[in-house]
Amino acid sequence: MLSVQDILETNRMIEENKLDVRTITMGISLRDCAHPEVKTFCNNIYDKITRTAEHLVATGEDIEAEYGIPIINKRISVTPIAIAAESCRTDSFLPVAEAMDAAAKAVGVNFIGGFSALVEKGFTKGDRVLISSIPEALAKTERVCSSINLASTKAGINMDCVQEMGEIIKKAAELTADSDAIACAKLVVFANVPEDNPFMAGAFHGVGEGENTINVGVSGPGVVKRALEDVKGQNFGAVAETIKRTAFKITRVGQLVAQEASRRLGVPFGIIDLSLAPTPAVGDSVAHILEEMGIESCGAPGTTAALALLNDAVKKGGLMASSFVGGLSGAFIPVSEDAGMIAAVECGSLTLEKLEAMTCVCSVGLDMIAVPGDISAATISAIIADEAAIGMINNKTTAVRIIPVPGKKVGDQVNFGGLLGHSPILQVNKFKPDAFIARGGRIPAPLRSLTN
Amino acid sequence: MRIVITIIGQDRVGIVARVSNVLAEHNVNILDINQNIMNGFFNMVMIADMGGASMALKELQQLLKDEGQNIGVEIKVQHEDIFKIMHRI
Repeated sequence: MLSVQDILETNRMIEENKLDVRTITMGISLRDCAHPEVKTFCNNIYDKITRTAEHLVATGEDIEAEYGIPIINKRISVTPIAIAAESCRTDSFLPVAEAMDAAAKAVGVNFIGGFSALVEKGFTKGDRVLISSIPEALAKTERVCSSINLASTKAGINMDCVQEMGEIIKKAAELTADSDAIACAKLVVFANVPEDNPFMAGAFHGVGEGENTINVGVSGPGVVKRALEDVKGQNFGAVAETIKRTAFKITRVGQLVAQEASRRLGVPFGIIDLSLAPTPAVGDSVAHILEEMGIESCGAPGTTAALALLNDAVKKGGLMASSFVGGLSGAFIPVSEDAGMIAAVECGSLTLEKLEAMTCVCSVGLDMIAVPGDISAATISAIIADEAAIGMINNKTTAVRIIPVPGKKVGDQVNFGGLLGHSPILQVNKFKPDAFIARGGRIPAPLRSLTN
Repeated sequence: MRIVITIIGQDRVGIVARVSNVLAEHNVNILDINQNIMNGFFNMVMIADMGGASMALKELQQLLKDEGQNIGVEIKVQHEDIFKIMHRI
């Protein structure tokens, strides 16, 4: 029989500590939609997405009500459009993005991911068309998310793409200058991208995936912070143990939701993404967990070690709670989406350089970083190159979601609204990497032994 | 299907009676009740079986939510599995 304490604890986690399931993401293969005529292709994908995901939102809401656990987002990921639309005779995939947007609106999901290309080794014709379409596609649609994988441990770094993405990000920012460069918040550049990630903006339905799948992303930084309050002053063994236990409980909820969604929708269960995803709401911050461990303000010396422990313990605790784990799994550090990170930038303790160090030990990378609008494309490219190098060498996923906000300077505020949050503009090193970025070509895949 | 009903709020006469009444009317069988009062706050956890219930979980949730508002307490109804999965391996 359940104990009263257990029941009250679960409800306290949900009500006071903001435990939620962050997203149910349905992956849909679009490989059978290919057609030389763009219009037909768009009709095909619209029909397939709206047919397959017709009941996604209603099912999510039913589960949410029955179990009393908030499910914040219901989303869709599709086959990378550079692959699915490759055979279209066109020089722009804007109509494809518009069809995705319309399908997302029709089924009621707030984001659809997969306006993507995988180019770590080189470009195909479809990759080229997709990348050149990104700025306009993100500016003219509301719910479409785009991602590019331009590096991997096995292939090295595609520096031609790194260079190009600096320019693409600048262009996307300029096209959405009147909404604080919101297009850039929907674009992420990866190294070692996972193909089953349910979180936006980087979700897409990988080429090795089945016809369709249900992936679930859990969250709950507030629950971890609350649990750590009970072990104040105790050693790191106790800290790690507490995080593991909490992560186990959080993940079990994700597993239940994923199984139920899979069963009710008749779509195979893919993975649980064991992530601590913050929101700008008070009490839902990853930075505050690090501060609970004893760091005065996120970004101070010790932050990287604290984050490493957190990231590892979350995975260890979550692994046993789920039958299949995948995606990005770990702690996210999106600056504008985390009240503690925002405060840390404002008080001067968290800088871009420290964030880069933190990305070596956490699940993703430089995420939701607002920078001055006059940053050069080459500097953005160089930031991407640095992040890709960390991912490539350390055999981990890294990513960059950077937002050069036109007309804004260091210290200005920018507000993206909703879950994307708000942020002060961060300082960027003013020395130039232009000649480095101009070289182009590929950085070769790294040695995997003699690891010093 | 088993459900967990949690009631939290200011203590007053008749909370258990009114909730039990709603459950009985719709043929929901109470299996276990646990209650205490801390600093004047009423905490109750009820486990019940909806196997023979004359209504769906969603309707019962709404009905008890409304009843809670009438008597000034918060009533939550959830499928039992969320608690079982979190606290049992």
